[in-house]
Amino acid sequence: MFITSAIRTMWLTFLHLFHKTETVQYPEQKPYLAPRYRGRIVLTRDPDGEERCVSCYLCAAVCPCDCISLQRTAAPGQWTPEHFRINFSRCIFCGFCEEACPTSAIQLIPDFEMSEISRQSLVYEKEHLLIAGTGKVPDYNFYRIAGVATAGKPKGAGLNESPPVDPRGLLP
Amino acid sequence: MNAILLSLIQAVAVLLGITLLAAGLTFAERRLLGFWQDRLGPNRVGWQGTLQIVADMIKIFFKQDWTPPFADKIIFTAAPIIVLTTVVLAFAVIPLGPLAGIMPNLNIGLLFFLGMTSLSVYGVILAGWSSNSKFALLGGMRAAAQTISYEVFMGLAVVGVVMLTGSFNLETIVAAQTRVWFVIPQFFGFLPFLIAGIAEAHRLPFDLPEGENELGAGFHTEYSSMKFGMFFIAEYASIVLISSITVVLYFGGWHGPWLPPAVWFALKIGAFIAFFILLRAALPRPRYDQLMSYGWKLMLPLTIANLAITGALMLGGIE
Repeated sequence: MFITSAIRTMWLTFLHLFHKTETVQYPEQKPYLAPRYRGRIVLTRDPDGEERCVSCYLCAAVCPCDCISLQRTAAPGQWTPEHFRINFSRCIFCGFCEEACPTSAIQLIPDFEMSEISRQSLVYEKEHLLIAGTGKVPDYNFYRIAGVATAGKPKGAGLNESPPVDPRGLLP
Repeated sequence: MNAILLSLIQAVAVLLGITLLAAGLTFAERRLLGFWQDRLGPNRVGWQGTLQIVADMIKIFFKQDWTPPFADKIIFTAAPIIVLTTVVLAFAVIPLGPLAGIMPNLNIGLLFFLGMTSLSVYGVILAGWSSNSKFALLGGMRAAAQTISYEVFMGLAVVGVVMLTGSFNLETIVAAQTRVWFVIPQFFGFLPFLIAGIAEAHRLPFDLPEGENELGAGFHTEYSSMKFGMFFIAEYASIVLISSITVVLYFGGWHGPWLPPAVWFALKIGAFIAFFILLRAALPRPRYDQLMSYGWKLMLPLTIANLAITGALMLGGIE
């Protein structure tokens, strides 16, 4: 009968007066943010302290709101970006850039307190984005694993990499 | 001359008190609703959010007072005035304590109250019609149908009390409840009266004239600034009105042991206001046909049966 259920509903609602409230009083009381929270975007460095970003443009390509802009350095052999710019007034914090990044350079961190007075100050340049540490992936170093030859590492000398095969050799 | 001045002062005091109380209720409701939904509600402005009322008032006064170009200007302006005036006028007959109140000794006090609540629906209908918008008109039509059907048994429900006391005078009705409150012999008059009262005040679960999720804001969709504010204040004032008339008719008015009469009256009204807010927190809005069938098929027969039984018992010499 709807009358009894209405009275029961009202009684149960009334009892909530004595329950603990769920509200987090934000500025004084910080909410818990999970380690994988998708907040402000940073550019990390590898364990040697070098920039991880290799300017592959995958993040800019996958970004659904076109808020990432970067340019590879013109000098040959230099893969770090000349500029790296994220417009946070457009960013929707979807984390696609982090998923697309082959070198774990771009990462989203648990921080959302980035409000500004003007839109222009929400455009972060590379020096604002770069951090000193490795972020969520502590041991990863792209150039140690990748097959490309870099300074001090010939081809075939990477981690878990077998020596190069001579494709013209006839031996099995 | 002195008597006129005194009653004038009393009237102004009651008017101010009602308006301030209605404004304060907006805060109280938000806070209580918050607690009942495991939230905190507004608690930033002033101590525990008490200055929220002031902030809201400043906001509502400084909003643009926009009359839509397609609206019927005169009626559009008059509608909120009618609603607020009728609600506030009805307070004239409420006895606030022994010998307190503007005109509690009026010999047709109860009829005056019923008349004023019936008049306030005109404001709502006119608001809906003069806005010249579909949602507002639908809200006004719903208000008309709802108020008319619920007023039928609201009037019939109070007849039980009138039969027991033999008077429309609210002070006499309160005086008749020194021994036992009328809620006990007239429980099945009290129940329909309270439900009709909620419907009169357009409170949840009977707020179909507003029906935010289907009609925008119902009859006051096109209203802004203080014109909307007057509807808002009138709604909360009518909560206070319905609570106080229920207390006067069925809960012994200001009677009660130990505490002074005014405190008792305030306590009882406060309990009813809290009940109104609890209703809002707990119950969903019925469908329109359900609303009508509750009114005509459940409440009206209940009221008539209550009336018949009361009459039969009085004829039999009981009570």
